Amino acid sequence: MSAATKTVPVKGSKNGKTRTVLVNKPARFYPAEDAPVPFKSRKAARPTAIRSSIEPGTVLILLAGRFRGKRVVFLKQLGSGLLLVTGPFKINGVPLRRVNQAYVIATSTKVDVSACSIDDSINDDFFKQTKDAKKAKKLYEEEPKKSAVTESRIAAQKKVDAKIVAAVKKTPALTAYLSASFALSKGQYPHLLKF
Amino acid sequence: MPAGTIHKPHRLYAKGRVLGFTRAKRNTKENTSLVQVEGVQTPEDAQFYLGKRVAYVYKASRVIDGSKVRVIWGKITRSHGTSGVVRAKFRSNLPPKSFGASVRVMLYPSNI
Repeated sequence: MSAATKTVPVKGSKNGKTRTVLVNKPARFYPAEDAPVPFKSRKAARPTAIRSSIEPGTVLILLAGRFRGKRVVFLKQLGSGLLLVTGPFKINGVPLRRVNQAYVIATSTKVDVSACSIDDSINDDFFKQTKDAKKAKKLYEEEPKKSAVTESRIAAQKKVDAKIVAAVKKTPALTAYLSASFALSKGQYPHLLKF
Repeated sequence: MPAGTIHKPHRLYAKGRVLGFTRAKRNTKENTSLVQVEGVQTPEDAQFYLGKRVAYVYKASRVIDGSKVRVIWGKITRSHGTSGVVRAKFRSNLPPKSFGASVRVMLYPSNI
């Protein structure tokens, strides 16, 4: 518990050496009428709920973004609520990536990822832009240079994918399934499809 | 295209047609458009598409941001009638030349 007062040295030979001063000073100014105080919010921050169809190992179809149409394996939900997925990279070129569950269709196909443990170091901070990358983005002159993939990302990717690719290879045709992209063709209506 | 090319499907949206604006016989409400989604014939089937984003894609001669293709985004708000037609609201009202034109009903936000 900090003290309510503190001693402060004072300059000037005739002023005495120190003064005792209150640590928390009272306000200098009080408004004439009490300002209205806003109500305290009664909302509680809760983790985003994932759909029951999405479980670790579920094959998801990405609906938007650079990898739209790709079938990827769901790994875990991150603290921000986003889903962590991987291609695996060797199979369809999708790296460790975050995706919002609203932009994803969960299929009934599941991969056994119980053998694969994902490091706690792969969280939202893992995907944050580094200061150098931010600087490069701000300063680009002619064209934005392609940013090289950091070693840590490549290493994390290999580590995670090793076990998953092994599990995928056990099921017949699953590798071909994951490397093929999803698309609608004539006569296929999404509301009638079973995913 | 060279002969013998295999066309792989790329479509990740349901096809729809713009039927017109919500209207009575003599008054139209242009803020809401009616969309017929392909393959949807009942309001129960249309339930799947509620909330999905819709894009009216069209071309113009002037180049903007390096492209002649332009989009008006919107979303499907509710079903309309008993035959699977659906109402959609767009960021800006659709131009009447879009009546009968195709519209892309995206599969997101997804709830599957």
